[in-house]
Amino acid sequence: MASTIFRAFYDDDDVLMHAVKKIRAEKYHIEEVYTPFPVHGLDKAMGLPHTKLAITAFLYGCVGLGVATVMMNFIMIEDWPQDIGGKPSFSYLENMPAFVPVMFEMTVFFAAHLMVITFYLRSKMWPFKEAENPDTRTTDAHFLVEVEVGKDEEALKELLLDTGAVEVHVPKK
Amino acid sequence: MASHYEAPIRKPLVLGDKGYHDVSVDISRPVEGKANKHWWIVFSIALVAFLWGLGCIIYTVSTGIGVWGLNKTVNWAWDITNFVWWVGIGHAGTLISAVLLLFRQKWRMAINRSAEAMTIFSVVQAGLFPIIHMGRPWLAYWVLPIPNQYGSLWVNFNSPLLWDVFAISTYLSVSLVFWWTGLLPDFAMIRDRAVKPFQKKIYSLLSFGWTGRAKDWQRFEEVSLVLAGLATPLVLSVHTIVSFDFATSVIPGWHTTIFPPYFVAGAIFSGFAMVNTLLIIMRKVCNLEAYITLQHIELMNIVIMITGSIVGCAYITELFIAWYSGVEYEQYAFLNRATGPYWWAYWSMMTCNVFSPQFMWFKKLRTSIMFSFFISIVVNIGMWFERFVIIVTSLHRDYLPSSWTMFSPTFVDIGIFIGTIGFFFVLFLLYSRTFPVIAQAEVKSILKASGERYKLLRDAGKPLYTMPARGKIIEVDMGETAETEVLPNPVPEIATAGVSIGKLLSSIGSFDVSTQIPDKLQKVKGIGPLMEKTLNDIGIFSFLQVSKMTTTEYDLLDSITGSFPGRAQRDDWAGQAKKMIN
Repeated sequence: MASTIFRAFYDDDDVLMHAVKKIRAEKYHIEEVYTPFPVHGLDKAMGLPHTKLAITAFLYGCVGLGVATVMMNFIMIEDWPQDIGGKPSFSYLENMPAFVPVMFEMTVFFAAHLMVITFYLRSKMWPFKEAENPDTRTTDAHFLVEVEVGKDEEALKELLLDTGAVEVHVPKK
Repeated sequence: MASHYEAPIRKPLVLGDKGYHDVSVDISRPVEGKANKHWWIVFSIALVAFLWGLGCIIYTVSTGIGVWGLNKTVNWAWDITNFVWWVGIGHAGTLISAVLLLFRQKWRMAINRSAEAMTIFSVVQAGLFPIIHMGRPWLAYWVLPIPNQYGSLWVNFNSPLLWDVFAISTYLSVSLVFWWTGLLPDFAMIRDRAVKPFQKKIYSLLSFGWTGRAKDWQRFEEVSLVLAGLATPLVLSVHTIVSFDFATSVIPGWHTTIFPPYFVAGAIFSGFAMVNTLLIIMRKVCNLEAYITLQHIELMNIVIMITGSIVGCAYITELFIAWYSGVEYEQYAFLNRATGPYWWAYWSMMTCNVFSPQFMWFKKLRTSIMFSFFISIVVNIGMWFERFVIIVTSLHRDYLPSSWTMFSPTFVDIGIFIGTIGFFFVLFLLYSRTFPVIAQAEVKSILKASGERYKLLRDAGKPLYTMPARGKIIEVDMGETAETEVLPNPVPEIATAGVSIGKLLSSIGSFDVSTQIPDKLQKVKGIGPLMEKTLNDIGIFSFLQVSKMTTTEYDLLDSITGSFPGRAQRDDWAGQAKKMIN
């Protein structure tokens, strides 16, 4: 990383929220925030854009519905139509009531799994992936804010301590 | 902050003076500690039951389904009863984690993890029965629509049994990813607390490298919400489809349109009962009374009471509709259930499922832990009888009186059933020792709203947080330049002993200061500040390293340091360090 950063540790989510707002108000750039649990409103305070995962889930669900329709149309109607109990399967639409359960299940299957896979890949998570949180306390009870250092290092140190940081890690000279 | 506000009338969901760190400590205690004697006893019993069941399964598969008590009239009995029973139990987990999430019920957070674990383990048990019943389980993949060497031979998508294949496998796999996604931050917490390298490795593998960036959490919450939205209709569909196995047939007693809602209510009913059974034990064994409180048990009892009453209404509606339909076969099926040779099963079902939950109207009873536990067992027995009654009484007197008969299970039927109970508890007991049994990240997020500490602060009119004393500036090596740090701990003064240091560290393991936290070695009797510094210079920082020292290492150490020869051996540093780790 080209720019140097300071790491400010907080031990309370409310203090963190105020700090993030203050740091952004002072026109510093927040590189990253690591928290042990979801802090509501933090993404908004940091100015993160909305996640589009729900939209992908909808699209994946449509894919699942499509796959189910194409599959059952081929198997039950085209490849080997049967006359079961006097109800011949010559039309997908007319026979569809019997296919609704599987259409529904495959929609859910595709939407759920592909969305979760997308989430894992976008957040860079998979088996044997090394964790990237800079301090192990951030999964326990500490909140870490990484701030890009501007020109005035001392001013930023002061600001971070003023916002209630319990520790500020600065790079060794 | 206003967002943490919760009406004072709501009871606290986390008891005691708990802060964020206390939650981590409490939840990781069962994982980090050692199993006690009770755990081993219960585990051994469960394992024996499981092995007995496994033997019965092997006997069934190698000999044939004829070893079961089925006959040509009752050709479907214990296997499908057990299947439906286990699937039903599996429903509470998703209900708690998905439906209660959509309704923003905070009390679900203490119990959702274990309820989901229960779901997955019980669906595994359920899935065993149809596979064994196939007779040739190695051909189980034939239920999947895959191209095959027989030309256009496909599975029949008109069959409810095939819908079941899709429903159950979707349910199992979606529940699994829902569960695992929720587990990632909690595995990460245990990973970051782990002192032993093996545990650290395992939990960092399980946590998929969860890092906890703000963006990760934003996505995590979105994914949880969407998964809950998907799982809610899914869980309703699964038991609906299970009920179709019966409802789409033309057997009197099965051919009823009330089955889907009635089965779903019954599934929630039995699932909550099983959650109560498991959690009443677990909160005690794992010391989690502060998180799984009496309030949780009471709320679950209320759900049991309501769903039990819905089930009761369904039983009575069935009887009424049988009479009102005017179909004499239907009327006989229900008359036979209540007064025929299986009257005892029918009335056990009625007593356990309809009568016993009504005690929960009394606050005194539903807040009694012993009574809740008792009722939860009664309900599970009752729900097993419900499925037995529906299945066996409808079959055993068919249209041809000459083929009327009774069903009696063989030891194999019973053995497989007991085996699945054993298997279930084996899985659950292993889970309770290795997994974070409470969704700690989520509990932390409601701590300020619903924790007792913060409720008391709010009642006293005090702020929920105070600005900490002014922090300190620490200069550190930032991790980004990791590749330039070839040698993290240069060994200055004692560098002459380089060879022996390498030898010493190779046998006790090295320590990476940039990623691990050094232990306070001075806690070991015999190690003073000076000795600690010397040890650190050599590259020994953790109790783990000290605990691995034997006579050879002590001698090496003496030759390197040259100070206090024989001291380490006399004070048994390794033994002391082992105690520190545990």
